[in-house]
Amino acid sequence: MVSTPKIEIWNLSQHFVSSDGAVFEALAPVSLKVAAGRFVSLIGPSGCGKSTLFNLIAGLQEPRTGDVIIDGREATGTIGRVGYMLQKDLLLPWRTVLDNVILGLELRGIARGAAREYALPFLYKYGLGGFEAQYPRALSGGMRQRAALLRTLLPDCDIILLDEPFGALDAQTRARMQEWLLQIWQDFGKTVLFVTHDVDEAVFLSDEIYAMSPRPGRVTGHLDVPLARPRPRDVAFGPEFARLKERCLALIGHDAPHGALQPV
Amino acid sequence: MSGSASLKLGSVELVAARPAADVMPAPKLKLPPLRERKLPVRRVWPGRVLVGVQIALLVGGVGLWELGADYHWIDPFFWSQPSAIAEMLGVFVTQGDAAIDTWYTLQATLLGFAFGTTLGTMLGLSFWWSHNYANVVQPYLVCFESIPKLALAPLIILVFGVGLISKVAIGMALTLIVSTLTTYAGVKAVDPDHERLMYSLGASRRQVFTKLVVPSTLPWGISVLRINIGLALTGAIVGEFISSQHGLGRAILYAGQTYEIALVWVAVLVLSTLSIAMYVGVSRLEKILMKGVVR
Repeated sequence: MVSTPKIEIWNLSQHFVSSDGAVFEALAPVSLKVAAGRFVSLIGPSGCGKSTLFNLIAGLQEPRTGDVIIDGREATGTIGRVGYMLQKDLLLPWRTVLDNVILGLELRGIARGAAREYALPFLYKYGLGGFEAQYPRALSGGMRQRAALLRTLLPDCDIILLDEPFGALDAQTRARMQEWLLQIWQDFGKTVLFVTHDVDEAVFLSDEIYAMSPRPGRVTGHLDVPLARPRPRDVAFGPEFARLKERCLALIGHDAPHGALQPV
Repeated sequence: MSGSASLKLGSVELVAARPAADVMPAPKLKLPPLRERKLPVRRVWPGRVLVGVQIALLVGGVGLWELGADYHWIDPFFWSQPSAIAEMLGVFVTQGDAAIDTWYTLQATLLGFAFGTTLGTMLGLSFWWSHNYANVVQPYLVCFESIPKLALAPLIILVFGVGLISKVAIGMALTLIVSTLTTYAGVKAVDPDHERLMYSLGASRRQVFTKLVVPSTLPWGISVLRINIGLALTGAIVGEFISSQHGLGRAILYAGQTYEIALVWVAVLVLSTLSIAMYVGVSRLEKILMKGVVR
């Protein structure tokens, strides 16, 4: 018998009614299963319902139809079951970096002192050492995202939702953050759902990729990424990577360009 | 054949399009010749000079007043004159009720300020808890804000008596609404994404309130402290004008009614000093509070 998936989504859908009565279908029924410890990317253009899907999984919206099942138990509409990180770092400006990182622990009822003691080594291990007493505005974009990700990870949720976490970073910082994320993912052994619109990023990071399309938002395809781990940066120059990237582009509706590249 | 035609077509296009791409055509607009100008430089006096000019202005103004009263360019009966005012100040401080009056006004102001600001901030924050409650109360708030609160002062004196409480109440009426509306604006400005973040971490409503709404709204509440101290002082003075046993407002009114113009000026002078001292104090407080809350 196959073990229960970490997270299952059945027929999850959402629509919004605007003030003039028009119905906007944000997400057509979506079903997917993710096994424990997998890194799964959702890729698609803006408006494809990625963020809606994440909000539903995180319990921040009630779905119109469908269920979210975590560890075989119904979890639709319950908050705090998954770690959710948005594109904005959303660090609280009146808290130090350390106090921002422990926010999740604090909300779980752990005393500040104990939470700080627990969190500090993580800051040093993951590149924020020496910055714990700084306020967020003193940090670079990449550092802020690190702090935001640590805040998401520390409350010990098994599932982490990352909504374009590196979308606002410059290309070099972004590449470094991707490697850092893979490192952290291997250390923590979390199940990751990762939203991006960057095909390179999706292929480099993921075990599986789901492609999504807009109007209405829906899942249109699935791709396994059998690249070996750990993945060095130069895996991106290999033929296997290029082939996967091409398949991924085809999934999201970018057919190979007309002309020369098409086999005759 | 077709090759030469296309070539010709090409050459036609060349004539028409190339100059546009390579060299911009000369402008049709006739511009007047450019006047040579330098970037204007603002002159900045050093601080000593600035203070010197300011002192000179003050001394000059007061001196002119003194002379004008001496030579009857202005009527010293209505305007009094600096020397008489200085003399009266000595009398007021040594023989009059200077300490009692100042303390009375200060007390009324600080109490009105403290109660009005605290209650107003709490009221503004409370609107976070329920949209329905906030929406029901809002029109009343707007109404109350648009009333000139000082018009209610005689009523407040009737209800609360001629003592300190009525002055505190007028100061409260003035400051409370300012704090309420500003804090409420702060509550409405809480980033919904921050709220989503808190809930995604499993926060309760209470936790969102104490750990997000209060700290992010406090700067708004703090920013009105300086406005409120001025309003509370106005409330206290108006209350004393209407009916009071003590206070600088009463001293001004009494002196005016008895044509002791020098005493009016003395009381105004003391009042201004008090006002400036409180303003400076509150500015300090504001800075300290802001440092604690916002980084």
